[in-house]
Amino acid sequence: MAEKILIKGNEAIAIAAIHCGCDGYFGYPITPQSEVMETLMKEKPWETTGMVVLQAESETSSINMVYGGACCGKKVMTSSSSPGVSLMAEGLSYMAGAELPCLVVNVMRGGPGLGTIQPSQGDYFQTVKGGGHGDYKMYVLAPASGQDMYDFVDKAFEVAFKYRVPAMILADGVIGQMMEKVEFRPMKPRRTEEEVKALCDSWATVGKGAHRGGNTITSLALDPEVQERHNIHLQAKYAKMEENEVLYETYRTEDAEHLIVAFGCMSRICQNTVDEAREKGIKMGLIRPITLFPFPKKEIDALVPQLKSIMSVELNTGQMVEDVRQIANGRVPVYFYGRQGGIIPSPEEVLEAYMKQI
Amino acid sequence: MDIKDIIKPENKVYGRTPVLKDNVMHYCPGCSHGTVHKLIAEVIEEMGIQDKTIGISPVGCSVFAYNYLDIDWQQAAHGRAPALATATKRLNPDKYVFTYQGDGDLASIGCAEIMHACSRGENIVVIFINNAIYGMTGGQMAPTTLLGMVTATTPYGRDPKLNGFPLKITELIAQLEGTCYVTRQSVQNPASARKAKKAIRKAFENSAMGKGTSFVEIVATCNSGWKMSPVKANKWMEENMFPFYPLGDMKDR
Repeated sequence: MAEKILIKGNEAIAIAAIHCGCDGYFGYPITPQSEVMETLMKEKPWETTGMVVLQAESETSSINMVYGGACCGKKVMTSSSSPGVSLMAEGLSYMAGAELPCLVVNVMRGGPGLGTIQPSQGDYFQTVKGGGHGDYKMYVLAPASGQDMYDFVDKAFEVAFKYRVPAMILADGVIGQMMEKVEFRPMKPRRTEEEVKALCDSWATVGKGAHRGGNTITSLALDPEVQERHNIHLQAKYAKMEENEVLYETYRTEDAEHLIVAFGCMSRICQNTVDEAREKGIKMGLIRPITLFPFPKKEIDALVPQLKSIMSVELNTGQMVEDVRQIANGRVPVYFYGRQGGIIPSPEEVLEAYMKQI
Repeated sequence: MDIKDIIKPENKVYGRTPVLKDNVMHYCPGCSHGTVHKLIAEVIEEMGIQDKTIGISPVGCSVFAYNYLDIDWQQAAHGRAPALATATKRLNPDKYVFTYQGDGDLASIGCAEIMHACSRGENIVVIFINNAIYGMTGGQMAPTTLLGMVTATTPYGRDPKLNGFPLKITELIAQLEGTCYVTRQSVQNPASARKAKKAIRKAFENSAMGKGTSFVEIVATCNSGWKMSPVKANKWMEENMFPFYPLGDMKDR
């Protein structure tokens, strides 16, 4: 068994990037995720794997550097926290429109505005409903541990390239800052120039050869019919992702009558809530969406007939609960419990809130 | 003498570079973009770097530069071309990477990106078209619009109290340690176009030598936006633009 190292979630992201053959990281410091770039600079991967690491002048530049790198068929990424990700919304929309793969890590903090540097899940809407302008989706993974932070980097790149979509790891300050034991995977070498060409020559700016005309990466289509066709094409791709890429976990749902839906750090806290409810004789279970897009709609839907109620537990004022309500569609009551400003509820607090409802 | 005796390879004095695609340009008659596109295409052909050149097009009239030069292109968001170019060049050091940007794109919304790319000394080429107006959106004030100049958003002429002063961004760029070659050129007649082409070629050669950022400003006309005939626009440029934006090299090292 591989050695386990005690590191922060943010450090796990940086190490995973090097280990999975990432070509470039472009970032701008912001709490609570600055350790990602700090770790990369300390590790100097440009001397080992040849990975480029660059501190940009702003989040706007970071995401546009990622755009440039992605145009070349490279595995490129950035990381930031909520206010910085708002600045990246323009770039993400462009990349979704131009069908470019990339990875953005958002270690969420409380908002709106400059908000707080404490953990939050307040960017759920921004992340899964778009964030930037236009009709688009990203592949969104919500880690709940240091190991998830490490493993999801490789996973995100895999899916991003499979569908040519931007991918996001939507973590929060807890997952980014918490130190946990993380098991490292075997090193994947960076793709060679030949491999990049073999994989991406049909669309990427890898240099025009004699065998083809110049490739153009653009999200511009002034002809209404062309733009509509492009939108339909994008939606078909997202539908395929909903078919094939849903990830989720359940906990004690077999005979559950009451279901908690929670992602990220709240899914771990709510496991204890479920245990405490079970000790009191209440048949409670938990479903944790691992991918927030695609959302485990079918899986929640399948549980609804056995349930008496659902509660969505989030570190915000109620965002994912809207998606859960849509799935329940009036068949069972859907409650919400959340804290904001960086306050993390205890398992008991969640249980008490749920008991008040039922 | 028969015409066939004249049309021979050895008598050829001019040809259209194959780097230019066979597409009809959307630019207005008299616009400087077409000339600058041709010069870049010729430099790419002469240096034999068509398969190694990646262009970054801006937002503005020249967003469609990718329709005219047969190379690989990235189309950037407004002002962000230097950020795309930075990553593209760093991830592909053997490629020639250039941005093509107008005055609104480069000197207004993209100020941070161009300043920092030049300050870092990215080994890229920047072609900066300064026609002192926003062309594509219909002739609004640009950062480089001259004082007194009438535009759609300065209908009574640019007034420094209301609208601030025109920005000599190329002079600022020349102060940055990362730039190796900063020059201001024009293309309104064959002599100036030849000089501009030499400057563009030098910029691409600098890139191969890893000397830092090369920045070529072209003072240009937008006769549609200026509401002048092409001939009058050229004359107006010489009389009004050149005194404020003097031509020549600002830095060459």
